[in-house]
Amino acid sequence: MTVVATPAPRPRWVGMAVVLALLAAVAASFAYLALDLRALFSAQARTAMARFVTEFFPPDTRGEFLAQVASATLQTLVVSALGTLLAFGAGALLALPAAGRWGLPARAFTRFVLNLLRSVPELVWGVLMVLLAGLGPFAGVLALALHTAGVLGRLFAEALENAPAAPERALREGGSGATAAFAYGCLPLVGPQWLAYGLYRWEMNIRMAAALGFVGAGGLGQMLYFHLSLFQQAQAATVIGAMFGLVVAVDGASARLRRAMLPAQG
Amino acid sequence: MTAPPRDPQARGRLTALVLALALLWPALHIAQFNPAALFDTTSLRVMGGFLAGFVPPALDRAFLHLLAQATIETLAMATAGLALAFVLAVPLALVVTRALSVSRIGPGPGRGPAALLRAGARLVLTVLRACPEVVWALLFVRAFGLGPAAGVLALAITYGGMLGKVYAEILESVDTRPARALLESGSSRLAALGYGLLPAAAQELASYTVYRWECAVRASVVMGFVGAGGLGQLMDQSMKMLNGGEASAILIVFLLLVLLADGISALLRKVLA
Repeated sequence: MTVVATPAPRPRWVGMAVVLALLAAVAASFAYLALDLRALFSAQARTAMARFVTEFFPPDTRGEFLAQVASATLQTLVVSALGTLLAFGAGALLALPAAGRWGLPARAFTRFVLNLLRSVPELVWGVLMVLLAGLGPFAGVLALALHTAGVLGRLFAEALENAPAAPERALREGGSGATAAFAYGCLPLVGPQWLAYGLYRWEMNIRMAAALGFVGAGGLGQMLYFHLSLFQQAQAATVIGAMFGLVVAVDGASARLRRAMLPAQG
Repeated sequence: MTAPPRDPQARGRLTALVLALALLWPALHIAQFNPAALFDTTSLRVMGGFLAGFVPPALDRAFLHLLAQATIETLAMATAGLALAFVLAVPLALVVTRALSVSRIGPGPGRGPAALLRAGARLVLTVLRACPEVVWALLFVRAFGLGPAAGVLALAITYGGMLGKVYAEILESVDTRPARALLESGSSRLAALGYGLLPAAAQELASYTVYRWECAVRASVVMGFVGAGGLGQLMDQSMKMLNGGEASAILIVFLLLVLLADGISALLRKVLA
């Protein structure tokens, strides 16, 4: 019988200590926030909550208001599409230096820029862009584009670095120019992956575009914020319904599209 | 010299280009796409003044105290919200997981109702995670007033839905035969979970939960913008007052917080591995 060396089992107390620490952190959080869950579910809070919820019904279904909601929905979709498209272009441009094609200093610098773009949330970019471009959907497009460019640029650069270098080198050594070698030797390899990342981010951005309106960047979010501020709950309910429908539709469409595009992975 | 060969795909490419432009034009119109607005001198001056205020970041004592409080509040919101989400997600995930279904094993009267129950629980999970957490936060701020309670509840709802769905997926993705064997020999569902599925799935479940906590920290900051407390609310106030020094200090703390959450989650995942 051969003796297989097994790694020494981790002492039991490590796991226990982690669990205890996590429980302590959770307890400390509730204590710090002074959240009283019992008060949240007390009879008084329940009736207040029930009143709040019933105010939303019935939703406003007048024809002209529905038309407004439909146009806001379209605006949300368009904002997300344009933002993602701009980000796709910017991400592709930034990915080239970030993948180390133009030397190490350029690589380090663009990676820093991409990290900065990515780590500021869309809503923060939204506030800044509303200052710069004024209230309206254009600010939303810019905010989405800035954040998404950071995300896509990094993903694109990683795809570039992982792509096999042989086809491009063969073209270069055969005497073709740098641009042609990239376009015919590298782009066909990374293109489908870039597209998949872009579509995936678009899906997330539709959801985000619906919320970006809270800071004044147009679309469904701005409408919801507006009607809630005026305590017009019936109108707000319709807008929430539209948001919900949009998200569910996009979810279903993307699941179907993914199944259609990737039959092998079923 | 012969003429260069024609691109055989030229016609298709031209059609695609024309179609794309035809779609893009109304889209630009709907989004009120106007790059000229970026170079408007008044807004540039406002923006410039705001950005110029970024250096140096605000460092006075009172503000730093406020900042520290908001940071702790953000972390506490994320932790408490995720804990509630966990409590919400686990039972739903157990109902949804097909590998733990007794009624699916053999022909029996309970099959139809059980399938219905699973579909219902799946629908609940979808509804919970459909709206972004900011939307829930906005609604809860209207219901409970300004403060972190709204953010915690919003996180609990959306992340409860996400965790429940992913937990069920992870439990389905491991080898489900041990659990089936246990169920077939008459053990309870919880025992089948504990001895049949968890040994294989525990690590992935834990690391996904930790990853979600990291996301919750970021989300807590964002939810502050609609009044749910923490760093986001502070940032919103500073930005509305165009106080560049405060805004830059908050942004720096936010970036550090994200890095810290990243580090903690990497460490936890290593310990749990």
